[in-house]
Amino acid sequence: MSFILKMAWRDTRASRRRLLLYSLSIVLGVAALTGISALGDNLRGAIDSQAKGLLGADLNVTGRREFTEKTIARLRATGGELATSIATNTMADFGNGGRRLVSLTAVEGGFPFYGEVETVPADAYARLREPNAAIIEETAMTQAGLAVGSEIRLGATTFTIVGALKKYPGLSPFTSMFAPRVEVSMAALRGTGLLQRGSLSQHNAYLKLPPGADAEALKKTLRDELRGERLGFTTAEERKEQLGDALKNLFSFVSLVGFLALFLGAVGVASAMHVFIRQRLATVAVLRCLGASVRTSFAIYLVQGLGLGLAGSLLGAGLGLSLQAVLPALLRDYVPYQIAFAVSWRALFTGLGAGVGISALFTLLPLLNVRRVAPLHVLRSGFEDDFVRPDPLRYAVYAAIGAAMWAVGALQMSSWRLGLAFSLGMIASFAVLAGVAELIIWAARRVRTGGLPYTWRQGIANVHRPNNRTALLMLSLGLGTFMLLTLALTRASLLAKLRGLDLGERPNLMFFDVQADQIDRLKEIARREGVPLAKVTPIVTMRLGALKGRTVEEIGADKANTVPAWALRREYRSTFRAALDDTEQVTAGKFEGAAPAGEARAPVSVEAWLAKDLQLGVGDELDFNVQGVVVKAVIGSVRQVDWQRMQTNFFFVFPPGPLDGAPATYAAATRTGSTDEAARLQKAVAKEMPNVSAIDLGFIVRLLDGIFTKIAWAISFLASFTVATGVVVLVSAVLMGRHQRVREAVLLRTLGAQRRQLRQIMLAEYTVLGLLAAATGGGLAVLANGLLAKLLFKVSAVPPWPWLAAAVVMVTALTIVTGLLANRGVSGHPPLEILRQET
Amino acid sequence: MTGETILKVERLTKTYPTAAGPLTVLHEVSFAIMAGATCAIVGPSGSGKTTLLGLCAGLDRPSGGTVALAGREIGGLDEDGRARIRNEAVGFVFQNFQLVPTLTALENVLVPLELRGEGGGEGEARALLERVGLGARLDHYPVKLSGGEQQRVALARAFVNRPRILFCDEPTGNLDGDTAHAMVELIFGLNRERGTTLVLVTHDLELARRTQRIIRLRHGAVASDELGTA
Ligand SMILES: Nc1ncnc2c1ncn2[C@@H]1O[C@H](COP(=O)(O)OP(=O)(O)O)[C@@H](O)[C@H]1O
Ligand SMILES: [Mg+2]
Repeated sequence: MSFILKMAWRDTRASRRRLLLYSLSIVLGVAALTGISALGDNLRGAIDSQAKGLLGADLNVTGRREFTEKTIARLRATGGELATSIATNTMADFGNGGRRLVSLTAVEGGFPFYGEVETVPADAYARLREPNAAIIEETAMTQAGLAVGSEIRLGATTFTIVGALKKYPGLSPFTSMFAPRVEVSMAALRGTGLLQRGSLSQHNAYLKLPPGADAEALKKTLRDELRGERLGFTTAEERKEQLGDALKNLFSFVSLVGFLALFLGAVGVASAMHVFIRQRLATVAVLRCLGASVRTSFAIYLVQGLGLGLAGSLLGAGLGLSLQAVLPALLRDYVPYQIAFAVSWRALFTGLGAGVGISALFTLLPLLNVRRVAPLHVLRSGFEDDFVRPDPLRYAVYAAIGAAMWAVGALQMSSWRLGLAFSLGMIASFAVLAGVAELIIWAARRVRTGGLPYTWRQGIANVHRPNNRTALLMLSLGLGTFMLLTLALTRASLLAKLRGLDLGERPNLMFFDVQADQIDRLKEIARREGVPLAKVTPIVTMRLGALKGRTVEEIGADKANTVPAWALRREYRSTFRAALDDTEQVTAGKFEGAAPAGEARAPVSVEAWLAKDLQLGVGDELDFNVQGVVVKAVIGSVRQVDWQRMQTNFFFVFPPGPLDGAPATYAAATRTGSTDEAARLQKAVAKEMPNVSAIDLGFIVRLLDGIFTKIAWAISFLASFTVATGVVVLVSAVLMGRHQRVREAVLLRTLGAQRRQLRQIMLAEYTVLGLLAAATGGGLAVLANGLLAKLLFKVSAVPPWPWLAAAVVMVTALTIVTGLLANRGVSGHPPLEILRQET
Repeated sequence: MTGETILKVERLTKTYPTAAGPLTVLHEVSFAIMAGATCAIVGPSGSGKTTLLGLCAGLDRPSGGTVALAGREIGGLDEDGRARIRNEAVGFVFQNFQLVPTLTALENVLVPLELRGEGGGEGEARALLERVGLGARLDHYPVKLSGGEQQRVALARAFVNRPRILFCDEPTGNLDGDTAHAMVELIFGLNRERGTTLVLVTHDLELARRTQRIIRLRHGAVASDELGTA
C-alpha cells in the first residue's frame, strides 16, 4: 500500500504542472457547481422571503365573520405567531365633496411578518396608534385630492390622514382599484360602528410559523379540524404560484443551471482524465515489466486520479464559496437583491462529492484499459490499442456514471422523474456526439482531398489518423456548446416571457363603471385631454339561471353535485363582441362573432377553467339571468385566457345582439404617455363623473415589474456564471490535447516545415472539428430548448437560428484561436530539445 | 568531388545554463566539409556530438561562432529560413527514428515533398521504400513496424527530397547487430548512388572507418581531424 502511495506521488514529479492544468477543469467545474448551488440556495431564500412578502405571512386564514374562540385557540396552538385583521367595505366621505368605496382595515399583531410597509411620511404607520389617525393608499389619496392632515369621515367617526400607503404586503392592485385600503387602528375601527350592522366584513388571521414548519401540511390539518368554521386558507407557497409561472420558472432555471454546470465540469474532468491516463499507459507497462501486478499499477493511478479529484474539488469548493462570499459585495450596487451570504453546507458537500465521485468514475474508465494491455505491447506502441473484447467492468462503470447523473439530476431538480429525463437527455446527446465523431472519422478517411493543398489534406487526415482527438474534441466541444446554447436559449425564452408582461403599446389607463349615458361624454373628455380612448368594452352583469336543463338551485341542492357553489352563485361580468382578443385562444369549438336570427340560443364562449368548474363543454345549453331577463345560450367555444395580461378579461363572451337590451356599463381604456397625463385625465374624469373609477395599469405594471426585473437579473447572472465556466472548459479541452500535436509539429519543422504550414495544418484540423462539434452541439441545444420550453417552463421557445449561428461561429473561433495560441509554444523551443526527449 | 564547401563550421560554441552555472558543451569547434564527401564525427557519449549536429542543421542556436550550410550563413536566418534550407538541402536520420506516429510509412516519406508543395512525388517515395525493402509495408503505421523497419522508413524519408547533405545521428544506436549492418549498407549504398554529402555521428569506430574523414570530439572540442582509410 505504501508503495502505491509513494509511487503515485513520485509519478507526478515529471508533470506536476501539467497535472495542475488537468485539475483546473475539476477546480472550475466544482467551483461553478458549488457557487451556483450556494448562490441558488441564497437566492431561493431571498425570493422565498420576497414571495412570503406577497402574503406577509406563512399562512393566511380568511373568514366572513369574527373568528370564534375555537378558531383563535386552535391557531394559537400551532406555536406560530398570530396576527388578525378586519376589513370592511364602506363609503368614505372625503369632505371635499368626493365619496368613494374604500376597504377600511385594521390590524392587530405583528403583521406583516414578511415584506415591508412603506408610507409617506415614513413614520405614518407607527402614528396609526394616535386617536383617529388613518392612512390611505397613495393613488387613491392623489385621485381624491387629499393630503396629510385632510379629514375623512368613515361611519360615525372623522379621521385625520397621517400618511399615504405606498407599499403593503399582499396589497392587491386589483382590489385596491375598486376599493382602496384605508387603515386605522383596531379600536378605532370598532368605534366606527360599521361592524355592528351586519355589514360585510372580511376577517383575516395571519400565522408566522416556526422555521422548518410545513405550512402546506398545517393548512390541511387546520382545514379538517376547523371544518365547520367556514374558513379559507392560503399558504405563501400558493400565493407564490398565483403570481404566475415566472417564479416557478426561476427555480427550475436555477436547478437547470446547477445541473449544466456540474456536467460542464464533468466534461472537463472526463477529458482531462482521459488524456492523463492515456499518457500514463507507457509508465504502467514499465511498472508491469518490473514486476508490478495489474492491481498495483491499477491502484497507483486510481490513487493519483482520486488525489487529483480531491485536491481539485477542495480548491474548487473553496473557490466557489469565496466567489459566493465576494459576489454580493461586488455587485451590491447592481443587484436589486439583498443576497445574504451564508455558507451553504449542502452546496459545499454536493460540490465536493460530485467532484471526487466524477473524477473517480472518469479515471476508472480509461484506466480499465491498463488491465488489458500486455506490458511489452504498451512499451512498443505507447498508444492506442484496439480493445475489441467487451469488458463487463467497463459497462459497470458506464452504468455507475449513468446512475450518478440520475442521482445528481434528481437531487438538483428535486424530482427523480426530471432527473431521469435530464440524464437520459444527456446520455442521448452524448451518444449523438459520439456517433457524429465516428461519422466524421469515417468520412475523413474516405473523402477525396486530392485537390486540396498539402496542409489541408494533412489537417483533415489528422481527424482520422491513429491517436486522433476527434472523439475527445467532439464530445467536449459538442457537449460544451450544447449546454451553453441550451442555457442561452432557455434564458432568452424565459426573458421573452417576462417581457410579454410589459404593456408595450397596450392601454395603461382604464375606466370602469362608466354608465351608458356617460360613455360619449367620456370619449369627448379623453379626446380633449389628448389621449383618446383606445377601446370601449360593454359589461353586462348576470347570474347563472340553469345549466344543461337544471336550475342552479336544483344543482346546488343535489347531494351528488360537484360544481363549486361560488361558481353557481356568483355574479358574472360578461361582454359581447364579434372577435377574439389577442390574449385569448379557442381550445374547443369555434368562436361565434354573430348571433343567429330568431329564437335560437346565443352561442357564448366560456373561459377554459370555468368550463371545467361548471362541467360545461361545447354544445351544452345554459340560461343566464340578466337582471331579471332570461337569456338562453349555448356553449359555442371554450377559450383560454392569458390572465397575466393586464386588461379586462371575461368568463363569458357573447356575440353582439342578444344582450342589446340589457343595462350595460362600460369599461374604457386608453394609452397615456406619462404619469402626469394619466393623472390629468383621471382628475378631469373624476370631476364630471364621480361614479367612474379609474385604474392606472402603469402603476400595477411598475409594481410587477419590480419583481420581474429581479427575476430577470437573477436569470442573467446565473447564466453568465455558467457561460464563463463553459468557456474555460472549452479552452482547456483544446489545451488538453495539444501535447499530442507538439511533437509532430517539431518533427515537421525538422523536415523543413514553415511556421505558416504548421499553422495551416492545425487550422484545418481545428476548423473541421470546431465547426462540426459546434454545429452538432448547437443542433442538440435547439432541440433541448424546444423540449424544455414546452414541457418544463411552459413558455414559447425563442427562434433559435440567430443564436445557433452565433454559437457555431463563436465556438469554432474559440477552438481555432485557442488551438493556435496553445501551439505557439512549439516554435519557442529549439527543435533539438524536443527531439532529444525519448518517446 | 566538386571542391565546393557544403558545410563550414567556425569557432562554434554552445553553452547551456544549468543550476550549477553555465555548462559549455561545445568549445570553438571549427571544420569544413566538401560537397560529396563522407565524414564521421566520433566521441564518447556526452562529448557533444548530437549538439554539434543539431547546430549544423539549424535545430538550435549556437552561443558563439557560425555555421554555413549549403552556402548560406544560417545564423542570420529566422526559424522559417532555416526550415526552408533543411527542407531543400538536408536529410536526417535519428537514433530514435522520429517518424510521425500518425502517418503511414508512405505518408512519412512524402512529408518533405509535401511541405515543399511538390505533388506527384509518390512514385519517388514508393521507389525509395522499395529500395530499402519496405515495398510491402507502405500503408503501415510506425507502431506496426520494427525498429529496423522504422529506421529504413526514416532513411527513405531522408533521401526523398534529394538532399545535398545527410545528417545521421547514431543511426544504428537502437538496432541490433544484423539490422544495424543492413542499415549501414543502405546508408552508404544510397549515399553513393546519389552523391550525397554524409555526416555520420557515431561512437562506433568500425562504422566511422568507412568514411573518408573522422573528426574526434572530446569534452566538446575537436581532439583530432584525420582522413580515414575508406
Ligand atoms: N539542454 C541541456 N542543458 C544542459 N545540458 C545539456 C543540454 N543538452 C545537452 N546537454 C549536455 O551536453 C552534453 C553533450 O550532449 P550530447 O550532444 O547529446 O552528447 P552526445 O551526443 O555526444 O552523447 C551532455 O553532457 C549533455 O548532458
Ligand atoms: Mg547523442
